[in-house]
Amino acid sequence: MGSRDILAVSRRSLLKGAALGAVGAIAAPAYLRNAFAQTGPIKIGFPVPISGPYSTEAQDQVRCAELAVAMFNDAGGLNGRKAELLVRDDKLNPGEAATRALELIENDKVNFLCGSLSASVQLSVNQVAKQRGVIYNSISQSDSINEKADFSKYTFHEGLNPHMTAGAVGRYVFPKFGKRVAFLIADYAYGHEMARGFRNAGKAFGIEEVLEIKHPLGQTDFSTFFPRIQAARPNVLIVCNFGRDQLNTVKQATDFGLKQQMKIAFPVLLFSQRLAGGPGPFEGVFGGANYYWGLEEKFPSAKRLNDAYRAKFNNAVPTDYGALGFAGVYALLEGVKKAGTTDTDAMIAALEALKYDAYKGEEYFRTCDHQAVQSVLVLESKPQAQVKSQYDVFSIVDTQPAEDKFLRSCSELGHG
Amino acid sequence: MTFDLILLQAFTGVALGTIFVLVALGLSLIFGLLTIVNFAHSQFFMLGAYVGVVVLAVTGSFWAALVLVPLVVGALGMVCERVLIRPLYGRGIDYPLLLTFGLGLIILELVRIFAGTEGIPFNTPEALTGAVDLGVFFFPKYRLFLIGVTAAILVALWFFLEKTPYGLIIRAGARDPEIVQVLGVDVSRVWLIVFGIGTGLAALAGVLAAPIRGVFPEMGVPVLVEAFVVTVVGGMGSLLGAVIAGLAVGITVSMTSLFYPEMTTLSMFLLMAVVLVFRPRGLFGRAGVLD
Repeated sequence: MGSRDILAVSRRSLLKGAALGAVGAIAAPAYLRNAFAQTGPIKIGFPVPISGPYSTEAQDQVRCAELAVAMFNDAGGLNGRKAELLVRDDKLNPGEAATRALELIENDKVNFLCGSLSASVQLSVNQVAKQRGVIYNSISQSDSINEKADFSKYTFHEGLNPHMTAGAVGRYVFPKFGKRVAFLIADYAYGHEMARGFRNAGKAFGIEEVLEIKHPLGQTDFSTFFPRIQAARPNVLIVCNFGRDQLNTVKQATDFGLKQQMKIAFPVLLFSQRLAGGPGPFEGVFGGANYYWGLEEKFPSAKRLNDAYRAKFNNAVPTDYGALGFAGVYALLEGVKKAGTTDTDAMIAALEALKYDAYKGEEYFRTCDHQAVQSVLVLESKPQAQVKSQYDVFSIVDTQPAEDKFLRSCSELGHG
Repeated sequence: MTFDLILLQAFTGVALGTIFVLVALGLSLIFGLLTIVNFAHSQFFMLGAYVGVVVLAVTGSFWAALVLVPLVVGALGMVCERVLIRPLYGRGIDYPLLLTFGLGLIILELVRIFAGTEGIPFNTPEALTGAVDLGVFFFPKYRLFLIGVTAAILVALWFFLEKTPYGLIIRAGARDPEIVQVLGVDVSRVWLIVFGIGTGLAALAGVLAAPIRGVFPEMGVPVLVEAFVVTVVGGMGSLLGAVIAGLAVGITVSMTSLFYPEMTTLSMFLLMAVVLVFRPRGLFGRAGVLD
């Protein structure tokens, strides 16, 4: 499961190869495409891993993205021009994603791209979008998409990045729970970037790293790491993994009594895994998030998204990653409204100037790297006794505000 | 690196090894007695966990699930054998292999359609939650319980196959079905029952693993790999081999995660490669099978 990402060692060269190969396969001059693009529906290509280990998250991204499209259309679209979502399965595979993205651009003539749920897949789609001059709003965690080598003026990033996510969680847990820190890291790009984010944030608090263990992706049993972790006697155990690995880690760590000795924190605490794992295993576990439905008490935009979702999907609420699908498409369509056209250059200017409130208060795209400057939530999973309803699972213990200072500086990223 | 730590690591490995033994048993039994490589093993494992969720919801008792799950899924396995696999006997090992592969995909998709892709919480039974303090280290009660259950299953299986008249017929049927048939035994009924026991064991392993690994449609995928490694290392078709191989794999994985954690998953395949170089039939494989 997900073992594809083991290839991350030579990821960049691999991606370039995949993207270039796909571009070479279907070649059509860009001016032809642009000629068609100003009439007819506004098409947004949406490649996400509908099959594979992250299918639960991806399917929710599709549901939420459809809501953003419906909202735009119900409000009259762009002077009557309606939007349309073209969903494709990228199978969590960079090569597959590049091919799908290229087909969306060349055959379906999409105006914009949005989507993906893995760092390596999003970089692959970004390569294609860069080359064909199509705006791509990515909704997956990545640090490198902000950096000069991967960035282009067509690249936007609605997703959080590991630097700001891990930073928010680290700044909350380190001063509160102690300086002795152990790391358990999934051995691929996501794990490494998240761990770097925690280490950066930890410098200010003088953390002492007592142990680092890298584990293979898709591990079914974590028990064999626990003796070393317990012997290291950390105050905080930082676990940088995702999806089912997260579920397995907390279930087994709880069984082994790790939580009696230390606090456990993840960079991203997943709503979907908490629902699948139940309150017991997750009790007292910390982690970051882009969104939690409980934000509706504070933000009308969160309530707007939740209500639309509840009405359409049997009273359920959107997941964190699902909500990103909404925000990614919403931002693009707000840009269209502001620009008054789907013309690429006008859109870029409009998005750079845009202030938008998709689902959790105001956001904007920073000019130098097009990273969405946004809040990051720090969550704690509630114990059984405090859970009032099926979806009442987390409490928001801290919110890192939407400020430039929590991102790496433009010069640090290599932008002039 | 203290001696204590290494000892604990070895103990964790043995406990993990019993889980490997447990998930491999059904596969090993069906292969050893029917020479069918049951690729749907992993999905019967997953189905066991899901049926366990249903039984738990209805009865509220984990113990009821332990009894009912293997019966329900075993019966389903028997239906599959009767309807799908029986027509393929005598046609070579790849026919049932491909059929069960397809069967597994169908079971997986059906579960995704009817139960969703999200996964369902499955708590450790109340009486077995918590950890026992072993001095420097806490060890979950539930894993100790699993060691006991696996040992009990092994003893029961050994007794059934080696000490009962029915076991005698099963073993004879596996060795020479024609002669047994000539002696007036309905061999196809024997095979039906063996397949039922094998799938029932897979399902039992699924419900036993649920509190540790969670319940979701893809939970069986890694299990097929683990069960195969254990079965191949132990020797295709040898129950004793499966036990020794399961423990060996557990200890190998555990020791690797102490010294070189990145290689944890890979280490079981390295062990398999090394064993196969020196013993191409596995540790206890008998001649004739797959030759």
